[in-house]
Amino acid sequence: MRIMSESATDPDATERETAVSLDGVAVRFRSRKRDVTALREVSLDVAMGEFVAIVGPSGCGKSTLLKLVAGLLKPSSGDVRLRGDKVAGPRHDIGYVFQRAALLEWRSARKNILLQAEMRKMPSAQARKRTAELIEMTGLTGFEDALPHELSGGMQQRVALCRALLHEPPVLLMDEPFGALDALTREQLNVEMNRIWRETGTTVLLVTHSIAEAAYLADRVVVMTDRPGTINEVIDIDLPAERDYAATMARPEFARVTNHVRGLLGAGASAD
Amino acid sequence: MVSQGTTTATPQADAAGVVERGRPGAGERIRDGLERSWRPVALLLACFAAWWAVSAFKLVEAYLVPSPGATLKLMGDKWGYIWHHTWVTTYETLIGFALAVLIGVLAAVLMVYSATVERTLYPILLFAQVIPKIAIAPLFVVWLGFGIGPKIVVAVLIAFFPVVISMVAGLKSVDPEMLQLSATMGASPLATFAKIRMPASLPHLFSGLKVAVTLAVTGAVVGEFVGANEGLGYVILQANGNLDTPMLFAGLLVMSAIGVVLFVIVEIAEQLLLPWHASRRGEAVTTTY
Repeated sequence: MRIMSESATDPDATERETAVSLDGVAVRFRSRKRDVTALREVSLDVAMGEFVAIVGPSGCGKSTLLKLVAGLLKPSSGDVRLRGDKVAGPRHDIGYVFQRAALLEWRSARKNILLQAEMRKMPSAQARKRTAELIEMTGLTGFEDALPHELSGGMQQRVALCRALLHEPPVLLMDEPFGALDALTREQLNVEMNRIWRETGTTVLLVTHSIAEAAYLADRVVVMTDRPGTINEVIDIDLPAERDYAATMARPEFARVTNHVRGLLGAGASAD
Repeated sequence: MVSQGTTTATPQADAAGVVERGRPGAGERIRDGLERSWRPVALLLACFAAWWAVSAFKLVEAYLVPSPGATLKLMGDKWGYIWHHTWVTTYETLIGFALAVLIGVLAAVLMVYSATVERTLYPILLFAQVIPKIAIAPLFVVWLGFGIGPKIVVAVLIAFFPVVISMVAGLKSVDPEMLQLSATMGASPLATFAKIRMPASLPHLFSGLKVAVTLAVTGAVVGEFVGANEGLGYVILQANGNLDTPMLFAGLLVMSAIGVVLFVIVEIAEQLLLPWHASRRGEAVTTTY
């Protein structure tokens, strides 16, 4: 059985440079008992500077999708391209943020951010300057020397975000980065994320469970089907790049989009 | 524990509701230390009191259990003799422990980085661990003579297993996402090891080291039992042969003291090296109720 996914190509993408391109990608995991198809026939183009959010039911392969783009996982079939090059092996021109901050607990916030620079052998003066800017931008001022266990979950995730942005990656991959945070911190970080995206101009691929988060942040929302995951629908979010949180939430088109996505995901399935 | 030192905070941290705890003053630290140590000290004193009672009321013949007084007096009289043999055993223990750590850490790193090495080495390690050290110790005497060699070998054999096991567990405990992150940073395997895997494994390693260092003392003494003319094991055997129970007790006391002192040294090293680790944080201890 072969089900074609709906075309997911953004008309703008042909004009702008393509940051990420997935073409007929499938991923099958082989376990002892059976083969599991995590993704099938996924095709998606993301333009440079675009913010794309991916929503879908648990276990539909959203995270797998990000790992493919990062080159941490090889597709069973199909083509993954990052900035035009075929992905073969871990890519260094990305930033990655996981659901858990994944900080080194013996390093201060600043030194956790600088890990990125140390591993890349970036010039130290440049790295320190950029770290200071990022700390300022994410509101970590005053917490530079705190160890991870002294920081709240939101603060830890800010550190992880700074680390992912230090080398000014053209593409930022975020795997449910705010999923473990409380609702208020999450909203706050969503607002900050919108500002950071506008300020850095980086391309963002965000995997999330929150429909509201996806619709608030993204240019386009990719809705995936249940496992084996494929793209169900791609929805354009027709809102200005700069978005006030409360005002955006109150817009009728915002409600229409989120309700539509909710419908696609099945009655209240992953609704926040 | 409400009054844990004075509180200081940066304005920003204060605004965010984060209160940093200042370093406790000297008086407070002493009080804290007493609070923590009086129970074990009291238990130790109770044991001594029981020992004293057993000999003072002649519950057991003096040649079987000497009085604490007689034991301490002997230790004072013959401190030169005891000191010499204590130093020999300590020396053997330390060399054995150092080699055990070296071999153990190296084996653990190789095993974690190569599944083939792990499969090859594991059965041998297990065999070396399950074989009774006291049973093969005479063999080492035959091979290596009555010198320091067999004692070190037995100490190494007995101490390196906890080092390997804890270090392997430590190296494998690293967050897989941290390693994936490292891959996206283009980190070299050496940098990933030095900056991520090695430091992350240290808390595990230290729990192994604490076990290993006390076992190393046992190893050295076992080595001395089967053939030596120096060391506390030799002292105890001699005293046993002469029914010199005060000297026997003195030997036992000193031997235990070596183990305790070395254990404490490892623990202090742990506190200095891993102040960030959860088990070392003040609040982990004070928020138990």
